[in-house]
Amino acid sequence: MRFGLTEDQRALRDATRRLLARHFGGQALRAALDGPARPDRALWRALGEAGFFSLRLPEARGGAGLGLPEAVLVFEEAGRALLPGPLVATHLAAGAVAGAATGEAVVTDVDGGLVEWLAAADVVRGDATGAVPLRSLDPLTPLHRVPSGRPAHERRDVRLTVLLTAAEQLGTAGRVCELAAQHARAREQFGRPVGAFQAVAHLCAGMLVRTETARAAVYAAAVTGDPVDVAAARLLADEAAVRGARDCLQVHGGMGFTWESEVHLHLKRAWVRTRRGGGVTESEEVVAADLLAGTA
Amino acid sequence: MDLSDTPEEEEFRARLRAWLAAVLPGLPPKPPPDDWPARRAYDLGWQHRLHDAGYAGVHWDASPAIRLIFLEETEKAGAPYVGANFVGLLHAGPTIAAEGTAEQRARWLPPILRGEEVWCQGFSEPEAGSDLAALRTRARREGDTYVVTGSKLWTSHAEVADWCELLVRTDPEAPRHRGITWLALPMDTPGITVRPLRTLAGSAEFAEVFLDEVRVPVANRVGDENDGWRVTMVTLSFERGTAFAGEVVACRRVLTELAAAARGNGRWDDPALRRRLGRLGAEFRALWRLVQWNVSAAGTSGGVPGAGGSVFKLRYSHARQELYDAAADVLGDDCLDLDRPWTLDRLSSLSYTIAAGTSQIQHGIIAERILGLPKGR
Ligand SMILES: Cc1cc2nc3c(=O)[nH]c(=O)nc-3n(C[C@H](O)[C@H](O)[C@H](O)COP(=O)(O)OP(=O)(O)OC[C@H]3O[C@@H](n4cnc5c(N)ncnc54)[C@H](O)[C@@H]3O)c2cc1C
Repeated sequence: MRFGLTEDQRALRDATRRLLARHFGGQALRAALDGPARPDRALWRALGEAGFFSLRLPEARGGAGLGLPEAVLVFEEAGRALLPGPLVATHLAAGAVAGAATGEAVVTDVDGGLVEWLAAADVVRGDATGAVPLRSLDPLTPLHRVPSGRPAHERRDVRLTVLLTAAEQLGTAGRVCELAAQHARAREQFGRPVGAFQAVAHLCAGMLVRTETARAAVYAAAVTGDPVDVAAARLLADEAAVRGARDCLQVHGGMGFTWESEVHLHLKRAWVRTRRGGGVTESEEVVAADLLAGTA
Repeated sequence: MDLSDTPEEEEFRARLRAWLAAVLPGLPPKPPPDDWPARRAYDLGWQHRLHDAGYAGVHWDASPAIRLIFLEETEKAGAPYVGANFVGLLHAGPTIAAEGTAEQRARWLPPILRGEEVWCQGFSEPEAGSDLAALRTRARREGDTYVVTGSKLWTSHAEVADWCELLVRTDPEAPRHRGITWLALPMDTPGITVRPLRTLAGSAEFAEVFLDEVRVPVANRVGDENDGWRVTMVTLSFERGTAFAGEVVACRRVLTELAAAARGNGRWDDPALRRRLGRLGAEFRALWRLVQWNVSAAGTSGGVPGAGGSVFKLRYSHARQELYDAAADVLGDDCLDLDRPWTLDRLSSLSYTIAAGTSQIQHGIIAERILGLPKGR
C-alpha cells in the first residue's frame, strides 16, 4: 500500500492549479459574475489543450491514458478555483461526443430533473424537451428544469458524475478552510486576531478535519472505482463543502454576507453540486443497502 | 495512490490469516470484564502467543503498512485486543525503545514482548489533566534514588500493573516543561496505594494512585533528568497514531450487525434510520481510508504520526459515539437494558472524546499546528 500522491500526480495537480490561476484568477471570476452566463470559449480550449477533458482517453485516441485518480485531482482544482461550466458532463463526453475532448464542444447532460448550462451548451445529452429556465441560486450556474425527470432506476450510471462532483466538492472544502484560516489570522478584534478565540479556531479545525477525511474517501473511491466507495465519498465531500462554506462565512462575519466576498459563491456552488447524481439521499441508501449485503 | 498490498504485505497478510485461523479456536473463553486478575492473565497469554509466533513486536519494528495489516486482520478474525498490554506495547515500550539505554531496553522490552509484564501510565493528576505540564508529583534526589511523593489519577490498569511509566517533577523552579522527568516505577514498591475508581459503566477500569515517599532507583530514569517532557511527547503521538485503527474495523462490523438487527425488528423500513446508518457506513469507510492515508504518509516521512493523528482521533471518537447512539435507535426500549449487546459499549464510548487528549484539545492542536492560528487560551 502506498496511499499518497505520486510525483506525477503532484506535478499534475500543481500544473492544473497554475493553469487555472492564469486563466481563471480573481479578476476572471469577477468578470464572469458581471458578464453574460456563457462559458469562456478560450478558457475551455485552454483546458482542452491541457488535457482536462481527455486525460482518461487512451493515448491512441488523443488522450493521456490516465485514470480516475488523476481526473479527481484536476476536478479538485476546478472546484477550488470555482471554475464555471458543465465540466463534469464535458469530461464524461470526451471520446463519445465530437469536440468534447479538445474543449471545442461544450457538453451538458440532463441529470434528474435539472440541466446545467443548457442554453450555452453545444450538445445536450439526455432528453431536455420542454426544459424551462429557473432563476438559479448560483450566479455562475444557469439551470433549467426538465419535466421528464426520469426515475432513478431508468437513469444511466451516475457513478462517475458523483465521483467527479465529489472531487469538486473536496476542492471547495479545502479552499474555504484556507480562506477561513487566512481571515482568522488577519482580522483583529479585541486587540488580537479572531483566530486566537477558541470558538473561531475550533470552527476552522473542524473544517480541516472534514476536508481531510473527505480527501481520503474521495481519493480511495477514485482508486477502487467501487460504487459504494463512490457513494460514501460523495456524502463526506458534500458535507465538507457545504458545512465548510457555511462556517467560512461565519468566520468572515458581516464581510461573509456580502456579494463582494467570494465565500457565498463557494456555498452556492456546493449546494448546486449536492443535487447531482441522484442527490444525497440516494447515496445514503446505496451505502445503507451495502450494510445488509453480506446478510441477505 | 495505491491501495493494494505489495508482495511483501500480501505475504504477511496471508501468513497472519492462516495463523489466526489456526490459533483462535483454541483460545480460552474471555474472562468477565470485572475480573481483573483473569483479564490480566488472558491479555498476557494472548501476547505470549503472538510472541511465539513472531508477531510480538509488530507495533514497534514493522513498517506502518504492516502494522495496519496486523490490526486489520486480527480485528477481522475476532482476536483479543491488546487490553492490559496497551501501555507496554503502545506507550512505555516505544518510549524505552526510542530513549532508553541498551541496558534499559534489555531489562524492560523483552518481558513486554513476551507478555510477562503489564505497564500502566501515571501521567494525569488531580490538578493536571489536559494541562499535563502542570503536574506536581515531586521527586527529590537522594544519592542514586529518587524519593517520590504525590498522586496520579485515572491510571488505567494500575491494579494489575507491574510497572508504571511515571512523570514526576524534579525541578520545581524550572519553567514547567523543563522540570519533568520520566521514571519506570515498580508497582510493588513500598509507599504505593492504589484505589480503584468505578467508571460510569460500572467497572473499575482505572484507579487513583497515591505515592508516599516512594523510592525509585535513578537507574530507572529514561532520558535525562528534567527532559521528561520531550521523552513523553514521543509516546503521546504514538497513542493518537494507529492505536485506534483496529477499532475502525470493529465499528464497521458493529454497523453491519446493527443493520441486520434493524431488519430483524422492522426498523430498517424507517428511511430516516436507514439513511442514518448509511451515513455512518460512509463515515467509517472514510475513517479507514484516512488511517491508510496517514499511515502511508508516516511511511514516507519515516516518523511518528503527527498532527494527522489528531485529525483522525477527533473524528473517530465522535463517530464512535454516534454509532452507539444509532444502535440505541435500533434497539428501541432495549437500549436501556445493560444486558443488551450495545448498551455497555454506548457507555464506554463516552470516554473516547476525553481520554488521550480531549476533543477540545485536539481542535486546538489542529488549529495551531496545521492551520497556523495563534495560540489561544
Ligand atoms: C477512560 C480513561 C482512561 C484514562 N487513562 C489514563 C491513564 O492510564 N493514564 C493517565 O495518565 N491518564 C489517563 N486518563 C486521563 C486523561 O488523559 C484525562 O482525563 C484527559 O487528558 C483530560 O483531563 P481532565 O480529565 O483533567 O479534564 P480537564 O483537563 O479538566 O478538562 C475539562 C474540560 O475542559 C476542557 N479544556 C481543558 N483545557 C482546555 C483548553 N485549553 N481549551 C479548551 N478546552 C479545554 C476539556 O476539553 C474538558 O472538556 C484517562 C481518562 C479516561 C477517561
